[in-house]
Amino acid sequence: MPNTSVVIKGTKDGLSIALDPAVPLGDAANELTGRLTEALSFFQGARVVLDVGPRAMSESDWQRLQGVLSRSQIVLHSVVAEDEASRQAARAAGLHAAPPPARARPAQSRGAHAEVHTEGILIRRTLRSGAAERHTGHVVVLGDLNPGAEVVAGGDVVVWGSLRGVVHAGCMGDQEAVVCALYLAPTQLRLAGLVARPPDRGEGRPLGPEMARIRDGAIVVEAWDRAKR
Amino acid sequence: MANVITITSGKGGVGKTTATANLGTALAQRGCKVAVVDADIGLRNLDVVMGLENRIVYDLVDVVEGQCRLRQALIKDKRLPELYLLPAAQTRDKNAVDPKDMIKLCDQLREDFDFVLIDSPAGIEQGYKNAVAPADQVIVITTPEVSAVRDADRIIGLLESAEKRSPRLVINRLKPSMVKRGDMMDTADVLEILAIELLGIVPEDDSIVASTNRGEPVALNGKTRAGMAFQNIARRLLGDEVPFPEFNNASGLLGRLWGFVRSRPIDFKARN
Ligand SMILES: Nc1ncnc2c1ncn2[C@@H]1O[C@H](COP(=O)(O)OP(=O)(O)OP(=O)(O)O)[C@@H](O)[C@H]1O
Ligand SMILES: [Mg+2]
Repeated sequence: MPNTSVVIKGTKDGLSIALDPAVPLGDAANELTGRLTEALSFFQGARVVLDVGPRAMSESDWQRLQGVLSRSQIVLHSVVAEDEASRQAARAAGLHAAPPPARARPAQSRGAHAEVHTEGILIRRTLRSGAAERHTGHVVVLGDLNPGAEVVAGGDVVVWGSLRGVVHAGCMGDQEAVVCALYLAPTQLRLAGLVARPPDRGEGRPLGPEMARIRDGAIVVEAWDRAKR
Repeated sequence: MANVITITSGKGGVGKTTATANLGTALAQRGCKVAVVDADIGLRNLDVVMGLENRIVYDLVDVVEGQCRLRQALIKDKRLPELYLLPAAQTRDKNAVDPKDMIKLCDQLREDFDFVLIDSPAGIEQGYKNAVAPADQVIVITTPEVSAVRDADRIIGLLESAEKRSPRLVINRLKPSMVKRGDMMDTADVLEILAIELLGIVPEDDSIVASTNRGEPVALNGKTRAGMAFQNIARRLLGDEVPFPEFNNASGLLGRLWGFVRSRPIDFKARN
């Protein structure tokens, strides 16, 4: 399948590039090169964070990726790696490296939050253009959230359908709030104090359910299969 | 007893009046007795599209205010003996009528007609509310443009919360060549968002402009593409299962399209 080993998302602060750890580095680097040339103007001047997940990276691996990026005039802001040795290698290559803040299982990473008995509401219909729902707790929509509709929630927002409108989860500042949808293609997404919108030049359609959350001070969107791990 | 069908859209200029005139014509050609009602008070033009402007003596507001009887205000079509127009007032504003008046008026029309088609004004204000109040069914018209679809979605939401029967959709002014180039939303894109039953697809067709200028609805000429499309919609309103031939050449789309298209025969009993 094309374009699956590299996931690029717009965030409040810039762009995050995530490499699928299951794909050999050479292949991922090649795909990255292709993706960057496809949308060169979009990347230029952007603040970019590279996420390698659990992949073990040597100093020369980092340099290789840096080479790919610098050929497109992209300067890495920082990198994220789960593996401490990989982070050290990144620092040796002159990069700012950080561990993922919430890479572990959601139940652990979200700590007490996941278990807190927060109230929620279930909306069993499609929210069409012009509809606006506000709730201090969690909101579950059993239907679509269409362009022009809006949900603002103190807690999480789950859309069991297509999310094409505007959602603000954790509107009272909850950094752990998440937004999940079977088809996540929002007009705009807000988590706590962060705002993200999909890149103007679309990356195509989401291929399956996804979850958005805050990671490293930026909104990150991941396939649900991956996010739930 | 007539079926009262309101044709509405949210966004203006997408083809409500064109559709009302043509569906009225197509249904009357099939032997139904049809009244088309112009609820766009202050901006009437259904009479112009049907070429009946010069026959107007009384209008809808006159009927509501008791200035004349309903029968006096109904204008018989030039061509089809079973087709009648109830024109809007040109000079009044839409607050001259309220939803209760429209319900009462349509209840009177129901007794004499098989179909009452109401041409709604654009928007979601008073005029729209008047037009929708008496409806048994609503047809929402959109063009395959993001802004028109957005407004159609808004209308569908309002109809759902008013607990009207789920409306059906007509997509107007589709240009297959633009869809093919990826420059226009296709039917599946529109249906994915609106998720209501598709009643018809009317292509962009210059013969609409020409026939509108002549005051002859294009449906009179079943050879034009738009005329054919309106004929098909009329048949679907009568409960026929009509495939969507407009889409035979759009490869790959058909399978998905069919998934959305359920035929739901209406409760129509032929007048005897
Ligand atoms: N399928 C079509 N192909 C070409 N032209 C069309 C088509 N449908 C409508 N038009 C043209 O678009 C214009 C607007 O149509 P129409 O008056 O029916 O829209 P409307 O929704 O009733 O507008 P309003 O909101 O102002 O009442 C007219 O000039 C009409 O001739
Ligand atoms: Mg009109």
